[in-house]
Amino acid sequence: MKVEVEADKCIASGQCVLLSDAVFDQREDDGIVVLRVNDVPSSEEDAVRSAERICPARAIRLAASGG
Amino acid sequence: MSRPPGCPFDPPAEFRELRADEPISRVRLWDGKIAWLVTRFDDVREVLADPRFSADMTNPGFPSHSAGVSVTRQKHPTFLNMDDPEHARHRRMLTRDFMIKRVEGLRPRIQRHVDELLDEFTAGPQPADLVTGFALPVTSSVISELLGVPYEDHEFFQRQSGLLISGETGADEALEAFATIREYLGGLVERKAAEPAPDVISHLLEIERAGGLSRDELINMLNLLLRAGHETTANMIALGTLALLQNPAQLAALKADTSPAAVANAVEELLRYLTITHYGRRRVALEDVEVAGTLIRKGEGVVAANDSANRDPEAFVGNPDELDLSRSARHHLTFGYGVHQCLGQPLARVELQVVYPTLLRRLPDLRLAAPVSELPFKTKNVFYGLFAMPVEW
Repeated sequence: MKVEVEADKCIASGQCVLLSDAVFDQREDDGIVVLRVNDVPSSEEDAVRSAERICPARAIRLAASGG
Repeated sequence: MSRPPGCPFDPPAEFRELRADEPISRVRLWDGKIAWLVTRFDDVREVLADPRFSADMTNPGFPSHSAGVSVTRQKHPTFLNMDDPEHARHRRMLTRDFMIKRVEGLRPRIQRHVDELLDEFTAGPQPADLVTGFALPVTSSVISELLGVPYEDHEFFQRQSGLLISGETGADEALEAFATIREYLGGLVERKAAEPAPDVISHLLEIERAGGLSRDELINMLNLLLRAGHETTANMIALGTLALLQNPAQLAALKADTSPAAVANAVEELLRYLTITHYGRRRVALEDVEVAGTLIRKGEGVVAANDSANRDPEAFVGNPDELDLSRSARHHLTFGYGVHQCLGQPLARVELQVVYPTLLRRLPDLRLAAPVSELPFKTKNVFYGLFAMPVEW
């Protein structure tokens, strides 16, 4: 599974980081989302799906990997 | 609509039928205006995520909360009532100060504040008021430190803030309270400009010097942070404690497992169950928008009832009208949804994650010292909670 984020939409709520700090991080100066990885480890897939659903700015998108 | 008698934790009973039969309905507001009432979880999220619904209170169609809230927010706007891109520009000035890493770094300090304030609280006579004796001092001391406001002034701004946040305060009284707070903050900002410190006020002054913010905007922002930062979480501390005392099995479960994961989960469920942001999230349509098959016309007001959404059985497993600390509830809408979702949510979470287990560990026999039916609930305030909660331990 691959994950993408749109920094322009992000409001720095940090919900994604709470769900998976292995995949998501926040920029030091303004809290905007950055990805630690693009390919989601299988152990983090559920958490990343939740993050996509919970993100208040709808800034997270999932895609099947290898496509 | 009002809460069912004898059920201080429940939203109006009408919500259940509305969600089932008429999820987008009409509601009459305090000023006689008619607005749309959105009650289902999915629909509330759709409204709050849609930029065609504006948070601008100066729009004549905006469904306002009360005379006092309406006049002060119109006269002294903050990003709370701005739309993007202006909203984003203002909000991003603050995200650094409230982001998770920053707030997690404060956890030990917050723990120390809580420990010391509990020492003071328990050294006093019983019964004592948990709200003024513990909940408000915790949240005031934390937000004061973060912003750079002297904690000694907390009684002053709590009193003024109480006036502003009450749905029963009239327009003139609210404006007067607001002017008093602004005058106080203006003096404080002047002193900070001369003596900067590692706090939010000094950070905002840097932005002001770079031309990003006027002094007036800075003071309005500070006022918002100061009041939102203590009133909301203090309500959650007292109301959450009451909900635990009224649900002994859940209280026992939380006492039995105080691992960080269990406590974090319990806090999310308490936030969901209690939804202290009980006046709905409010918007006005900037153009015609269809929501779940209902056409909402340009200029019409919408009350997105997040308290109803948080009890929607389509969105939460099990019986959402029960408190179940093991429930997966972190998708709740208590902090709102969309670009206006609460800026201070990381701080609220850490404060609550520290407070509940510490309170239960230090006061294992904590109990209510008055019947629930006699407790003064903030039914008409913008944020729900308790004015007072007498306890013994």
